[in-house]
Amino acid sequence: MQIFFQQVINGLSLGSIYALLALGYTMVYGIIKLINFAHGDIYMLGAFWGYYVINSWHFNFIEALLSAMVVGAVSGVVIEYFAYRPLRHSPRITALITAIGVSFLLENGMSYLFSSNTRSFPQIIQQHNYNIGGVLISNIQILILVTACVLMVLLQLIIKKTKMGKAMRAVSVDSDAAELVGINTNVTISFTFALGSSLAGAAGVLIGLYYNSIDPLMGMTPGIKAFVAAVLGGIGSVPGASVGGFLIGILETLFQSIGLSAYKDAVVYGVLIIILLILPAGLFGKNKKEKV
Amino acid sequence: MKANIKTNIIWLIIMVAGFYLINTLILVGVVNAFIENMLVTIGINIILATGLNLVIGFAGQFSLGHAGFMAIGSYATAIITSSMETPAGFYIALVVGIILSIIAALIVGIPTLRLRGDYLAIATMGAAEIIRIIINNLKITGGASGIFNIPNLASWPTVYVMVCITTIIIVNFIRSRGGRAVKSVREDEIAAEAMGINIFRWKLLAFVIGAATAAVAGSLHASYLQTIGPNDFNIMESISILIVVVLGGVGSITGTFVAAAVLGVIDTILQNFGTLRMVIYSIALILLMVFKPSGLLGTWELSLQRIFKHKRKTGGVAND
Repeated sequence: MQIFFQQVINGLSLGSIYALLALGYTMVYGIIKLINFAHGDIYMLGAFWGYYVINSWHFNFIEALLSAMVVGAVSGVVIEYFAYRPLRHSPRITALITAIGVSFLLENGMSYLFSSNTRSFPQIIQQHNYNIGGVLISNIQILILVTACVLMVLLQLIIKKTKMGKAMRAVSVDSDAAELVGINTNVTISFTFALGSSLAGAAGVLIGLYYNSIDPLMGMTPGIKAFVAAVLGGIGSVPGASVGGFLIGILETLFQSIGLSAYKDAVVYGVLIIILLILPAGLFGKNKKEKV
Repeated sequence: MKANIKTNIIWLIIMVAGFYLINTLILVGVVNAFIENMLVTIGINIILATGLNLVIGFAGQFSLGHAGFMAIGSYATAIITSSMETPAGFYIALVVGIILSIIAALIVGIPTLRLRGDYLAIATMGAAEIIRIIINNLKITGGASGIFNIPNLASWPTVYVMVCITTIIIVNFIRSRGGRAVKSVREDEIAAEAMGINIFRWKLLAFVIGAATAAVAGSLHASYLQTIGPNDFNIMESISILIVVVLGGVGSITGTFVAAAVLGVIDTILQNFGTLRMVIYSIALILLMVFKPSGLLGTWELSLQRIFKHKRKTGGVAND
């Protein structure tokens, strides 16, 4: 039982990273129906930014986290402006390929400019382990969980309570109608990208602290996992993305702990397919009725 | 009917002429081993992408799991030809690969083809990853390091003939009753169903044909490159096939040919740029998509029939 709880704790910390990433996917998908493949690479940019400012400018954790969020937000908005905005009215599959192109560009551009070596992330926070009833929790895990939860609550507040959040929800329901009632869709979409990408930047710094190593290709696999998490939770649904992220993190660590680490990804995809077959729109997704 | 026979004969002549053209160019020495390698890669990509185009462009089912079926074909060929080093062994392996791939496509397709759009894409991607992970953990497939020293039984003529055969099969399917049914499913599932079309069966058939052609391509890939590993068939491979399809124009077979050739040439030229290669490639991809969103040819096909019709109208006035 102790081992089980230990794995759940580990899973929750990994899952909160996936959840932060999945939120970005789900918001962008909700508003412009685009699978933003470059999202995982914004997380990589966040991690590299954190690495740089901590080493060169001696930022502390909070400063590094906040500045990485700003960097993530700015890069998200820039990518949206140059790569996705011209394709707003073209087939969705075209925008998808463009997103893949942007992802390749970020990965290979970073490898080209700063070499593809793995770097060790500076440990600005000394690790302590707390033993609670036989379950070890490190302060970094608590920090990741708390930061992720605070960010998710903030996000929920922005979406539900602010005027911009209302605009975001309106555009995601019907962008033409939203435009008719005076919402500037371009600004709203940029804001959505900024929000989602800032969460990815934060996730990058957190994963750097947790795993200690970063490299230019680090965004690929977590990016896809986070997208799976978003689909699992019902893509377009904000609480769904958080739940999906935690679920995938816990599943992965549990299967790793029972010695099936080679098959852990297969299990994740298997669970995804089964859930989609039972609930075709994911756990929290709205199932649209067919109309003629 | 007469026009059909005429165009069919001309296409046949073009195929044979293309074969002899490449053959003489190789004999003369214009096409060296390097360029021959490029041509074979283009050929394999054409087979993969026409199969995927049938699924995405004509049946309208967004599949991201093409590399999984390619992996099945590749590994079947690698395992069988390693113990049967004869051309007959290669063809047996090809057929076994196709059959296994069809079985896998049925297992994957029957449950998942009920999903729509991006959900289907992610489910097929997951299925392909499961195939890859299983291959990665089996003994017979050589685990993570893959299989080496596969006998080279597929030279460029084999690839060329296979490109022709798979293209003829797919184009004929598209123009048959089945093809029309599949296209009606793409346009409007409910309307198609109302007209008495079993939409699920036609979706599945398109998916299975796509998987079978992917197995052919995988088989040629294994035999030509002589080394395969599980990581050759990851999500990135599925995505690169998808790139060929979208770049050529979703729903255009000739567009797929053009895109595969263009990408093959770009890739070969960029080999000289070292690490900068992928940076240029990705910028080129983004620019192509931003400025030509419907792909190189869109849904337009290079068609001989249209050229004939155009000629017959003549006078130089007619211009459709």
